[in-house]
Amino acid sequence: MNENEFEPKIVAFTCNWCSYAAADLAGTSRISYPPNVALIRVMCTGMVDPAYVLKAFELGFDGVLIAGCHPGDCHYISGNLKADERVKTLKRLIHILGLEDERLRLEWCSTAEGEKFADIVKESVSQLKQLGPSPYGNVTNKVAQVAM
Amino acid sequence: MALESIVKETSLEDIIRESKTFYCLECGKCSSICPISRYDLSYSPRVMVEDALLGLEGALIHNKELFSCLTCGACQLKCPSDVNYLLFIQKMRALASNNGEHGDCAHSGTIQSLIRLMSNLGVEQRRLEWLSNGYRTSDQSKVLFWVGCAPYFDPIFEDLGLKVTDVAKGSLRILNSLGVEPMLLPDEKCCGHDMLWTGDVETFEKLAQRNAAMIKEAGVEKIIFSCPECHRTFKEDYPNYVEINCELQHISEFLSEAIEKDGLRFKKIKKKVTYHDPCRLGRHLGVYEPPREVIQAIPGIELVEMEQSREESLCCGTSAFTNCDSYSKRIRVERLLEAKATGADTIITTCPKCQIHFRCAMVNKGEEKGPDIEIEVMDMVNLVANALEV
Repeated sequence: MNENEFEPKIVAFTCNWCSYAAADLAGTSRISYPPNVALIRVMCTGMVDPAYVLKAFELGFDGVLIAGCHPGDCHYISGNLKADERVKTLKRLIHILGLEDERLRLEWCSTAEGEKFADIVKESVSQLKQLGPSPYGNVTNKVAQVAM
Repeated sequence: MALESIVKETSLEDIIRESKTFYCLECGKCSSICPISRYDLSYSPRVMVEDALLGLEGALIHNKELFSCLTCGACQLKCPSDVNYLLFIQKMRALASNNGEHGDCAHSGTIQSLIRLMSNLGVEQRRLEWLSNGYRTSDQSKVLFWVGCAPYFDPIFEDLGLKVTDVAKGSLRILNSLGVEPMLLPDEKCCGHDMLWTGDVETFEKLAQRNAAMIKEAGVEKIIFSCPECHRTFKEDYPNYVEINCELQHISEFLSEAIEKDGLRFKKIKKKVTYHDPCRLGRHLGVYEPPREVIQAIPGIELVEMEQSREESLCCGTSAFTNCDSYSKRIRVERLLEAKATGADTIITTCPKCQIHFRCAMVNKGEEKGPDIEIEVMDMVNLVANALEV
């Protein structure tokens, strides 16, 4: 890893029933993905409050990833669709704040898709490397560093 | 002197001295008028003041009810000893916040997070995208229109059927029709009202300094507000932290002056309305008559008063998006029932947050079948904008 290269810090909210298990599968299958992501396991993406995402940006994270079950597969019937609605609202909010929409990603990823999960993380990291650090990132990024 | 040191040096004794709490006679008028005390029997402004006078700093700071106060100012007007309870609460919350205590933020703190993000410098917001070509603004103007947090409220409160930027659009329409082409700041920050009233003085000062610098650079002589919270913050709180050398006016004051000079022509609108005084505009700033004059200037409008109006007006139930609980809800329902009892079709207010809170009570009724509280809520600005003769 080049020391001068920008390494984005990402917080990922992953659903207990799919994406978190997918990340686990990626691990047991020895598929490697960049270490820039801090996983937070949630019971459903439907419980990811908009405040969590904004708090992540407030703490200086460069990007937020929310990964849940494919539409129709939600363990709680429709939690992922609620997450979808919230992400749309959040994208509008972070747009007004002056952040790029791409800094917030919502992805569907089932338990069996370990490889897909690794790809999503790789893609997010390379995209954020292109975008550069979050303009809000230098404020309290000590917290973000501790989290990583 | 850096603000941090001021806050740290502020002790309970200083707060008592500043807010004149030691004048308290323990008459209990504050607790009898307090809208929270009416529903939450354990809450009492009198006991809070008494605790302060007994020097029970720890008990006060860690009392969650410190953040329950609506800061509506009803107690202060009744107080025979002139205790400044608002200042007492404001400073006590700053002290509590320094000790790691915070209120329960409504919406899980989404709005507080947004404000803290806004307080960072060097990021250009895209907050004027709602502005379409139909409105005339000018960068050379001597009049500044303060938009407030409306662009952020739009996505958050969309599910309540509200568009808060409509208030800003209506204001611009009215100003334009009076021949005023105001200036809008593209990177306006939150005034910091919610930060100050939840005890985060550090963020508040950052926002205040940035806003003051932008206003100074813009070189305006007058600022017009459509939000009473911003107005109060600029008028009462900013002078303690920054310098603002402009005339400050709420749009209702500006409009009532304009109507007096006969500058506005209205078409007839047949409607029976009632007016809800927002705490910030009414009790805090003493502006009771201008909005009423503006509403009554529209032909065909019948204005009826609610049982509790002007100084006695009931709060909309929450301030600074903190400690919004079942008591807040009951206060809201009481107010809406009062409005319905007047037989009015519409409840008019001048504060976007009152609008948000009333709509929330109507939309989020819950499972149980409560009383019918459906009534149209409208900002005074939109009523006037709709009545304008094009």
